[in-house]
Amino acid sequence: MDLSVSIGSLKLPNPLIAASGCFGYGVEYSNVVDLATLGGVAVKGLFLAQREGHPPPRIVETPSGMLNAIGLQGIGVHRFIREKLPELRDRRAIVFVNICGTTIDEYVELARILSDAEGVAALELNISCPNIKEGGITFGCSLTGTHAVVSAVRRVTDLPVIPKLTPNVTDVASFARAAAEAGADAVSLVNTFLAMAIDVETRRPKLSNIVGGLSGPAIRPIAVRMVYECRQAVQLPIIGMGGIATADDVLEFMIAGATAVQVGTANFVDPFLWKTLLDGLRSYMSRHGIESLSALTGSLDTTKKEHAWISS
Amino acid sequence: MIALDAPEIAATAQPGQFVMVKTARGMDPLLRRPFSIFEILRDGDGAPAGITLLNKRIGIGTRLIYEAEAGARLACLGPLGRPFEPIDPPAQAWMVAGGVGLAPFVTLAEALHARGTRTTLFYGARRASELYYVDRFEAFGVDVVLSTEDGSRGAAGRVTAPLAGALDTLDSGDAVRLYACGPTPMMRAVARLAEQHGRTCDVSLEQVMGCGLGGCYSCVVLARGNDGTPHFVRSCLDGPVFDAGRIVWEALAH
Repeated sequence: MDLSVSIGSLKLPNPLIAASGCFGYGVEYSNVVDLATLGGVAVKGLFLAQREGHPPPRIVETPSGMLNAIGLQGIGVHRFIREKLPELRDRRAIVFVNICGTTIDEYVELARILSDAEGVAALELNISCPNIKEGGITFGCSLTGTHAVVSAVRRVTDLPVIPKLTPNVTDVASFARAAAEAGADAVSLVNTFLAMAIDVETRRPKLSNIVGGLSGPAIRPIAVRMVYECRQAVQLPIIGMGGIATADDVLEFMIAGATAVQVGTANFVDPFLWKTLLDGLRSYMSRHGIESLSALTGSLDTTKKEHAWISS
Repeated sequence: MIALDAPEIAATAQPGQFVMVKTARGMDPLLRRPFSIFEILRDGDGAPAGITLLNKRIGIGTRLIYEAEAGARLACLGPLGRPFEPIDPPAQAWMVAGGVGLAPFVTLAEALHARGTRTTLFYGARRASELYYVDRFEAFGVDVVLSTEDGSRGAAGRVTAPLAGALDTLDSGDAVRLYACGPTPMMRAVARLAEQHGRTCDVSLEQVMGCGLGGCYSCVVLARGNDGTPHFVRSCLDGPVFDAGRIVWEALAH
């Protein structure tokens, strides 16, 4: 039974990647899960410099989901390379470094620095964080901006380049196309949906940032639809995410067109879920006689069914 | 109070640590809730067998676990967080608790008792009916000083009044370490008293938590580093117990 999948030249032992922003720098989880057994670890979004992020409250729960506005608190790329990457390397984690900048030059600089670091498997370009004003999302909400960031990073690195797309646009597929034309190796989607929650007693927003990003099972059907639309638009591998909590959820994204998936919010609820997901995938494969899990990608059957009872 | 059969957690828990409990089977509420470990339960041979949790039924999550039937299984992750450091004799330990801020102090009292450290609990609530489980502390030889805001038991007024009086009577040579947990204004007032009297004070902060493992960065508090510069630090990893002198109290939500 073969669970491995390929993102361009990068081969992963299985399609389950820990989603950026939901797994710290990976090392925080090393005594809960063997990082080498994951398809990959997408670390918390990094700027060149350290960032404090937003004041609390930073999260609020909503039905089957949560809003967050962390504001990309982080230690910066240099401390990451010095303090976190060696342990990730020792633990044989496949590291996706999520990078974020306010200008194209910053993305390029981050890509250069990380290309020289040992133990980085891929770069995920964060052009979709809804919680900061000064960067990222301004590229992710403009087709020319997406194209410009991806092609600039493409020119300076041989690492797989994976822009992470926002769902807060009219047509996600056109952004996947722009990323493909700019030389991306894959796209990952979706980041969180811009959302809001209000305390009616005090009439105050429940988040200090007023608005935040919605994640969790609540968004899954929309995310599946967006992966499906991108599959129609581009040949690139797609890393699907949005509310995945069970093996069936993983399968749904893969059938819709994802080559691999990321699991985020569900990891907060159950940090031991990785084994449950892998067991569920294996059980599905044996039940359906599937030798290689990657065969499932984009296998959605949309042929019209014959309904004998209609003609009678 | 709820008792959980959890021998692994009971065997490794240190004073002031917490667990993350999944309170619903389904997805509403979605996230786990942090609870201080209240007591370590032991079997007939004295081996750690389980833990108890103490909390008011405030939110939906806490209500759900109190409605759990005997024998039900709950997902419970822990023990987590930076524990209290019990002080050794001849120093004294003074614990200051407000309301359900009592929760992390039974485990601390047990550890202090084992070291032979003389321990006092200053425990305040709004009224007598909200003073819980005082007997647990007396069992560990703790001197208990009670206060209620309505004067229905112990001294009338806030818990900081008897604490301030006791601090005033200390000689400068008496070594005392303070430990506080309760509403933010109370902890802030205790921290100020400790500073005025030149005493070390640890506080156990309760923040909204997403994961309890350092993954989500939602439970941050503004705390000064060694160089005095404040940064947001995760209370699940760097806390919940902090040196009160590090906390930027103006930045804490009340």
